[in-house]
Amino acid sequence: MAEKSASLAEALRHRAAFETLGAQVVEADILQPADVLLDLYGEDIRGRAFTTTDPIRGEQMLRPDFTVPVVQMHMSGRVTPARYTYAGEVFRRQERDPSRPPEYMQVGFEIFGGEDPAAADAEVFTAIADRVAPLGLGASTGDYGILIAAVRGLSTTEARKAALLRHIWRPRRFRQLLDRFGGKTPRSEERLALLNNADPLADAGPEIGLRRRADVMARIEALRADAAEPPLGAGEVELLDTILDLRETAPNVLANLRDIAVDLPAIDDAVDRLDARLSALDAAGVDVETLPFEASYARTAMEYYDGFVFGFSAPGRPDLPPVATGGRYDALTRILGGGRASPAVGGVIRPDLVLSLGEGAA
Amino acid sequence: MSLKLGVPSKGRLMEKTFDWFAARGITLSRTGSDREYAGAVEGAEGVELVLLAAGEIPRELAAGRIHLGVTGSDLVREKLAAWERQVGALTRLGFGHADLIIAVPRFWVDVETLDDLDAAAAAFRAAHGHRLRIATKYHRLVRDFLREAGVADYALVDSQGATEGTVKNETAEAIADITSTGETLRANHLKILTDGCVHRSEATLFKSRNAAWGDREVAALEQVKRMLELRD
Repeated sequence: MAEKSASLAEALRHRAAFETLGAQVVEADILQPADVLLDLYGEDIRGRAFTTTDPIRGEQMLRPDFTVPVVQMHMSGRVTPARYTYAGEVFRRQERDPSRPPEYMQVGFEIFGGEDPAAADAEVFTAIADRVAPLGLGASTGDYGILIAAVRGLSTTEARKAALLRHIWRPRRFRQLLDRFGGKTPRSEERLALLNNADPLADAGPEIGLRRRADVMARIEALRADAAEPPLGAGEVELLDTILDLRETAPNVLANLRDIAVDLPAIDDAVDRLDARLSALDAAGVDVETLPFEASYARTAMEYYDGFVFGFSAPGRPDLPPVATGGRYDALTRILGGGRASPAVGGVIRPDLVLSLGEGAA
Repeated sequence: MSLKLGVPSKGRLMEKTFDWFAARGITLSRTGSDREYAGAVEGAEGVELVLLAAGEIPRELAAGRIHLGVTGSDLVREKLAAWERQVGALTRLGFGHADLIIAVPRFWVDVETLDDLDAAAAAFRAAHGHRLRIATKYHRLVRDFLREAGVADYALVDSQGATEGTVKNETAEAIADITSTGETLRANHLKILTDGCVHRSEATLFKSRNAAWGDREVAALEQVKRMLELRD
């Protein structure tokens, strides 16, 4: 593990390079209000971030990343487009792997707004790729936008689509929902009895707690409505599975997706965006022909991304986390923007890993 | 140095632990006044009894201040990160059974499984403006369990006692707690989710991986293991 001062110097070197791309240097507080992070990530964040309390400000977390404070800062101002760079430590609890550090440096580059999202995606990707180029890392890319568009395009109820979209980042739960909506998992005897019971709350016991009888009845109505719907067509589930399994070079994936779009035209726009991004990457000098693309890339790790995602990892070192990661997070700006939204894409590098891999290569 | 054996300092867990060792030829006893936490060991050479609160035994094992310790498997999993790297389970003792379970009000007739709980939590958050609260003192175990099951839109709230009452008091909507017979749950109008068993706990004899194991401690351990008829 690199020395802290060396990591900082390395981070500042990359930050200076991002400044030459027009990025403004920004800082973020180390103590972040816990409620914002909890609302975004749910209870899981407590397992990943350090929580502490202040008698006046209440529950605080040591910043687990810069994205949330940078988005908040940008959305509270008025200037758009804008580009930012930052360098500093982030803090992560390590409950499983004692060899991973609980604090490490990150240096990032973020682009907000702009007319041309494909060009912004390509610019962030190449800016990060240039910084880690000497290390000979392997690139990975993906795009949540394809999967999200495919779910939105299913010929089923909005309630089912909403349930699937809510769990798009939890592959196991997503699969269970697909199996249920597709009719693969039969309803239990108890569930059938409940749906057919004219007065399901008759012997249910006293109403206690804030979840009221009305909430229970509303869910039973929703369950009845869902039971009246036909199962998701096997063909559509198959198309989703095909998309989830796509793992090829980017041009081959694009060709595959064009074929799938014939049966699932709802993904047309998302596929067009991928097409435009690949053209922009090509124009920026990236070897698109060999660029790997996985539709499920980092599906469990990157909850706030909703479009392009990418990472750079050391080949043959599955023990190391990716050296750099990034992606598009338009939806996050809407959640944190209080009614406003902005296109946004960015990425971060871990200077400590750059240093230790650089030593190995030297 | 002698081999330090940590045992719960009071209650049924202490008595049952004493009985269990006595049945295998090792007599543990408290010495001095009722209030003094000192103990004696007969029947095994070089073993020193350390009486501790059951909840402190995992930490003492991890710190290496005791070599062996008897405590609930739930406490070890809750309190020690990567617990298998810090302690090894030598044997289950066959008592102190308790299940860490997730329970919801009985009148939630629409919620039988974790899948239902997740759907109810999503609807609850939309309707009530905050995440569905689950009261517990087993934060890590419950969080890991729910993450694994893909349950979202819940919040854990801390409850160090009388957890079954939190729903009626409206400080939580559901609970995750230890139960052995389920009677307290029933009395508080709660029911267990069918797939809501987080961990089946049992009193267990643990060995510290972090303690100093010199020749004398190893020799004492070998003798204890012979008497307890334990293999590694």
